[in-house]
Amino acid sequence: MKHANRSGFTGKQSFFVFIASMLLPLFSLAATSSSGDSNTEQVQRGEYLARAGNCMGCHTTRGGKPYAGGRGFKTPFGEFFSPNITPDNETGIGHWSEEDFWQALHFGKARDGSYLYPVFPYTEYTKVTREDANAMFAYLKSLTPVAQTNPPHKIASPYDNQFLLFLWRTWYFKEGVFEPDHSKGEDWNRGNYLVQGLGHCNACHTPRNVWGASQDDKLAGGEIMGTYWYAPSLISSREAGVGKWSTEEIVQLLSTGINNHAVTSGPMATIVRQSLQYLSADDLRAMAVYLQSLGEKHSDEGAPGKTQPMPERVRRYLALGEPVYEKHCQGCHGKSGEGVPGVYPPLAGNRAVTMTSPLNTIRSVLYGGFPPVTAGNPRPYGMPPFQHIIRDNEVAWVVSYIRNAWGNLGSLVSPEEVDSSRGNEF
Amino acid sequence: MKLIVFILLALLSGLASAQESASPAVPDTLEQRIKSCTICHGDEDRAGRDAYYPRIAGKPAGYLFNQLRNFRDGRRYYQAMAILLENLSDEYLLEMAQYFSSLKYPYPEPAANTLSAAETQAVETLIHTGDTGRDIPACSACHGKALMGVKPFIPSLLGLPHAYVAAQFGGWRNGGTMRGQTPDCMSEIAKKLSQEEVNALTVWLPSQPIAGEPAESGILAPELVQRCETILSGEGFVQ
Ligand code: HEC
Ligand code: HEC
Ligand code: HEC
Ligand code: HEC
Ligand code: HEC
Repeated sequence: MKHANRSGFTGKQSFFVFIASMLLPLFSLAATSSSGDSNTEQVQRGEYLARAGNCMGCHTTRGGKPYAGGRGFKTPFGEFFSPNITPDNETGIGHWSEEDFWQALHFGKARDGSYLYPVFPYTEYTKVTREDANAMFAYLKSLTPVAQTNPPHKIASPYDNQFLLFLWRTWYFKEGVFEPDHSKGEDWNRGNYLVQGLGHCNACHTPRNVWGASQDDKLAGGEIMGTYWYAPSLISSREAGVGKWSTEEIVQLLSTGINNHAVTSGPMATIVRQSLQYLSADDLRAMAVYLQSLGEKHSDEGAPGKTQPMPERVRRYLALGEPVYEKHCQGCHGKSGEGVPGVYPPLAGNRAVTMTSPLNTIRSVLYGGFPPVTAGNPRPYGMPPFQHIIRDNEVAWVVSYIRNAWGNLGSLVSPEEVDSSRGNEF
Repeated sequence: MKLIVFILLALLSGLASAQESASPAVPDTLEQRIKSCTICHGDEDRAGRDAYYPRIAGKPAGYLFNQLRNFRDGRRYYQAMAILLENLSDEYLLEMAQYFSSLKYPYPEPAANTLSAAETQAVETLIHTGDTGRDIPACSACHGKALMGVKPFIPSLLGLPHAYVAAQFGGWRNGGTMRGQTPDCMSEIAKKLSQEEVNALTVWLPSQPIAGEPAESGILAPELVQRCETILSGEGFVQ
């Protein structure tokens, strides 16, 4: 439910628009938008950028018409549905102007002036340049209109309140334009723009507070609202910080979904399939350069190999998991958890297995999965679900075991934790 | 032990790629890739006896392909498969469908027919003649004279576990989340049947011995083809 609420921001807004338009000419970052920007060129660019922002991923239901919306997002504040952003006059954005679109993407404001909920990651898209926003708008306007009315949001009180949203915004939402750091290279800046802006990595990779706000632009990791997945920190070398990987390895993970150290699963696999695999080699490299600079470089404490002597009680608990591993897992992940490069992820030395939150590991064992199908990995190997094969206590044993075998070091997991990790978005 | 230390060091120093040559050979086959499916749809034993996991070996490829897309795209609901299929492409699903379709596992022994003679006769009439009054064509008109299905989109009715058949009719009739999110010929027919007829079908079908092969495509009457258009169009399917 939206009420018109225009209080307060108008002055500030036009100020930002002003700044934005001042800065635009300075952007050497935006890829080729060279001479005589013909309309089709702009539309093509817009299509590419919309891929980078994964607009379609959220604005399409499973098996539904692209961009016609209707996908549901469960959050502690209620269930939100993405709107139809095809250019249909009645049910989509057919009547929108470039300026309306900018207001949505940059300020998080709907056409009627009401505030949009931050399930729509305008909190990151605010860093997108006006030029890129216009290109995406031109692309969306070029789509075939689809008449589709979507369900209204089901918001739990008291969140269904524009005033609270206003407070939230004042507290957490930083309108912004991307500001290049001239002490850094072109790649780094382009990567920063993509990661912090269109790529909206922050929408998942930050701890969400009570209000569902990303803490800031630190990419420190967090459990994704409404899903049972933990998005690891892109800084910490004990989570998903890639400070010690080569840019080639980072590019490989982002574009194919798998490399020799890691594999993407769950929501991250979806992002790779829907969005990242389509990015140009230059853009992928730029993101890799930026992500690499973000990640911690120093040797991590608690790294594999530094095991202290274990109490007998712990040793006995871990011993329970070993036969489960040998029976059900070893065939693919190997006797020493070494995996098979590009096929089966290693479990030894794999941070996805050892990081503080065991949530993703538990989910991998319960539900299995395939890495995403990508041009670089069109026929991935799969992992079976085990929820109906072994009981919760055995899942707890084997997860505890792989978190501590072969020099790994992680907390023990209880059957209760296994049970509370169930749940899904389907 | 030395080996483990070596592997860990290799991983830590980002040299894991040096391992590549040492890695054990993983069969470069579809069979190996889809171990995640065969844990449920796998061995011949389970293919029949288990109460619920449906047999998919030997079913028509187009039918399997349609079902895989239905699970992935939310038109048919089963959580375990929805999660696995989420990030797979049409091309890959088609390859899986063709693989399972080409398998020939032995069928389970038929179950006992516990219906009375009168019930048996009623259900056989329904299957071979249908009921024009209620606009229900004979099941055999679409599923083939031998009920062994029609290539490539219509499945066999024989060799399915009782609980599975019951669950499918439940899904179609409740129009619910399990099957038939979008109406099609089979869900329309299922809705026209009485609960007694459905009960009888779920006993009679698993009691039939399996004989014959799936019929070749092209035996369906034009009005039936039209009725099942959404299914038979099989967009994206190639033999
Ligand atoms: C994480 C999911 C998600 C992503 C990614 C996403 N959106 Fe949205 N979007 C939403 C939701 C949910 C809303 C509804 C917000 C509300 O009503 O308060 C929305 C609202 C909008 C609106 C306002 C429409 C209206 O009718 O008021 C526009 C325009 C829009 N999105 C465009 C985009 C574009 C362009 C992209 C890609 C750059 C994008 N979205 C990416 C979820 C998403
Ligand atoms: C929809 C939420 C979401 C978004 C958006 C997202 N991620 Fe992730 N990401 C996750 C989750 C969940 C995981 C943990 C699962 C896994 O390991 O794949 C993850 C894992 C990762 C990993 C570690 C993979 C591994 O196993 O070591 C990297 C690197 C990563 N993300 C980078 C990015 C980058 C870069 C972006 C922005 C372009 C991004 N992510 C956007 C949810 C997200
Ligand atoms: C048939 C081969 C196979 C078997 C058996 C298997 N796995 Fe896996 N495993 C995989 C594949 C393939 C992936 C990547 C899946 C994905 O991307 O979702 C994977 C992923 C994982 C992950 C996530 C790793 C990461 O980097 O995010 C964990 C943890 C895991 N497996 C543990 C286990 C355990 C424990 C068992 C035994 C109970 C097991 N696996 C059995 C093939 C297998
Ligand atoms: C956890 C067990 C499990 C796993 C793993 C699993 N399935 Fe299934 N599958 C089922 C069940 C149960 C059904 C029946 C669901 C229903 O009634 O709708 C089914 C149905 C099917 C059907 C439709 C059968 C029909 O006759 O309509 C196909 C095709 C299929 N599965 C293929 C696959 C493939 C391919 C994979 C691997 C990617 C897979 N399954 C993994 C349990 C599983
Ligand atoms: C107009 C054609 C038509 C008629 C008549 C028909 N069916 Fe079907 N049936 C289909 C099609 C098409 C499918 C495949 C549905 C799909 O792809 O989802 C199907 C699927 C089925 C299945 C699912 C099999 C599996 O492996 O999951 C069962 C069971 C079934 N039909 C039973 C019957 C019975 C019993 C009758 C008679 C009362 C009947 N059908 C009459 C067209 C028909």
